[in-house]
Amino acid sequence: MIEQKIREIAKELLSKKAVDLIIGFGEWTLPLRTTPLFIRTPEGVDRLIWNSFCENNLATYIHKFNRFKVGLVVKGCDARSVTALFLEKRFKPDQLFLIGVPCQRMVDRRKVKRAVKGEILQAREEANLIHVKGDGFEVPLKRDDFLYPSCQVCVHRTPTQANVLVGDPVEELSLVETHPDAREFEKKSPEERWRFFEKESSRCIRCYACREVCPMCYCTECFVESSNPRWIDHGPSPSDLEFYHMVRAYHQTGRCSGCGACERACPMEIRLTYLTQKLNLDVKELFNFETGIDADVLPPLSTFEMDDKQEFIK
Amino acid sequence: MKLKLEKKDLENFLQSLMDEYDLYAPVQLAEGVSVFKKIDRPGEVNLTQLHTQKPAKEVFFPQSERMFRYEKVGTQNQMVSVEEGKRERILLGARPCDIEAISIIEKVFVGKEYTDVYFLEKRKKTTIIGLGCNSPLSTCFCSSAGGDPFLRAGSDLFFVDLGEAYFVELLTEKGMAFHKNQFFKEADPKDLVLVKELEDRAFEKVGFSIPVDGIEKRLDLMGESSFWDRIHEKCMGCRICTYLCPTCHCFDIMDEGDPQRGQRVRHWDSCLSSLYSLETSGHNPRSTCRERTRQRLMHKFNYFPKNFHRVACVGCGRCILYCPVHFDIRQAIIWTSPKRPKTFGERMT
Repeated sequence: MIEQKIREIAKELLSKKAVDLIIGFGEWTLPLRTTPLFIRTPEGVDRLIWNSFCENNLATYIHKFNRFKVGLVVKGCDARSVTALFLEKRFKPDQLFLIGVPCQRMVDRRKVKRAVKGEILQAREEANLIHVKGDGFEVPLKRDDFLYPSCQVCVHRTPTQANVLVGDPVEELSLVETHPDAREFEKKSPEERWRFFEKESSRCIRCYACREVCPMCYCTECFVESSNPRWIDHGPSPSDLEFYHMVRAYHQTGRCSGCGACERACPMEIRLTYLTQKLNLDVKELFNFETGIDADVLPPLSTFEMDDKQEFIK
Repeated sequence: MKLKLEKKDLENFLQSLMDEYDLYAPVQLAEGVSVFKKIDRPGEVNLTQLHTQKPAKEVFFPQSERMFRYEKVGTQNQMVSVEEGKRERILLGARPCDIEAISIIEKVFVGKEYTDVYFLEKRKKTTIIGLGCNSPLSTCFCSSAGGDPFLRAGSDLFFVDLGEAYFVELLTEKGMAFHKNQFFKEADPKDLVLVKELEDRAFEKVGFSIPVDGIEKRLDLMGESSFWDRIHEKCMGCRICTYLCPTCHCFDIMDEGDPQRGQRVRHWDSCLSSLYSLETSGHNPRSTCRERTRQRLMHKFNYFPKNFHRVACVGCGRCILYCPVHFDIRQAIIWTSPKRPKTFGERMT
């Protein structure tokens, strides 16, 4: 069992003092959710769990715990973020021990909540079912009907570059057409695209959760907070909101692992991944590059060659 | 006086309000996402969601608010004050926790030493129609934070959803002004019985207790506790919990524009952002998430009660529901208490 193996590995790492702490997932107070856990003693490892609600990208904690040796539990997408951060020299190779878990794809808690009437008070996963229970109801739901959009399209579920793999590699295949959100967006006319983008961004409350949860957003000073020069005002004017969302997405070019953490974090449920998906597609098509797959290949926007084709110059 | 409003009359009732008042009520922006907004047409109002994402504080303390404009005329700078709307306002469909929170913010904005005219003007002009919570969520802990799902205090009128109709109570002078409203009918005795039943059921749901009582004293002794070393670990430093909090009221003031013309605006600010405490010198007294998380909890449960004799938390549960990493403020409260119940697990993080 995956959970048991994660605990064994964590215990061994902590006992041997190979790491200062393990960052993994644990149960907390709400159903359909887990919480990031920080385990420092071998006795604490029994709290580590693994299920379809381990939705956070823990690679983000690399920045916060950069003075420690960390054992990190990673899914495929998280591992890709780690590799991307490694290429950006955010940590030294011996600072991290990756406990890679081939991912079963994560469940979208909001979708589940909307599928039933009444508040879900308990959720239990069993094989391919999620049993949800509330006041006066208990319903089994088919797990695969409730996957996060970013998980449905994932073809890198088995972590690359992990120090140890928990479980066997899984079959890499998308459940739907690749990048449907981006493809759907591409089909729209420029006016329709703008309207869609405008409508989504208009709900933004500038909490910057999409930025904070993203492993790739680690600038000491983000452009939105710079006061000299001031690139952007702080209010909810449409142009400021749109500017923020556009620049946030653009800064991910060739760096986004498509984990979907930004969209999961947004309290206003703004759709965000169609933008990053589109950028990922472009980078794949133009440079044949995918984020975090190969630790020896620099992202296209971090490198250049003297004989670059420069087809974009017309 | 016990009245009721049939739901089939709701739209007409809302229209009649809008003829006379600026009406603010919950509006759904996307499936399951709503905020309080000035209503343009009655059909927009959506009273079905228990919590709006952004709380009702926004009606009195907008996320961004222009304080004045300035303009250069010749060599002189001229300041132009902002005209508040002349119309009276109605806030409809706010839940008891949000209404309680407005009175908490009011303690700060309408104090003995100074008065915030922007807040006060809006507050004076507003009649509040509260809406009882028939089905509190499992994350609601209003009853532990000085409120309850049917708390009337702060409301001028109070609605209870009876299914086909709203039970209506007129509670204050402002509320009594509605006693001749053409859409309000006299309630039946059985409606009263139903209200009582709904109340009982809701009270049962929030019948547990989170140890908020005495937290101020407990935190007095915890300034440098190792508690703070652990509790912040998972926090990624976004602003969701503060922006969605009905009692958080920090703001930042900015001048926007150029030397010729512009405006001074205040925007919501959040103690969880590093910029919040960054000083001009470059020094940041709250340099890490540990200090910022401590500030958030200390302000709510220690500094605020010291100044205003009440915790700055109404138990609405938004910060629990929407935290991307599932920080649970109930758990933090419990962890300050010597009587930690086992239900939430024995360890802190």
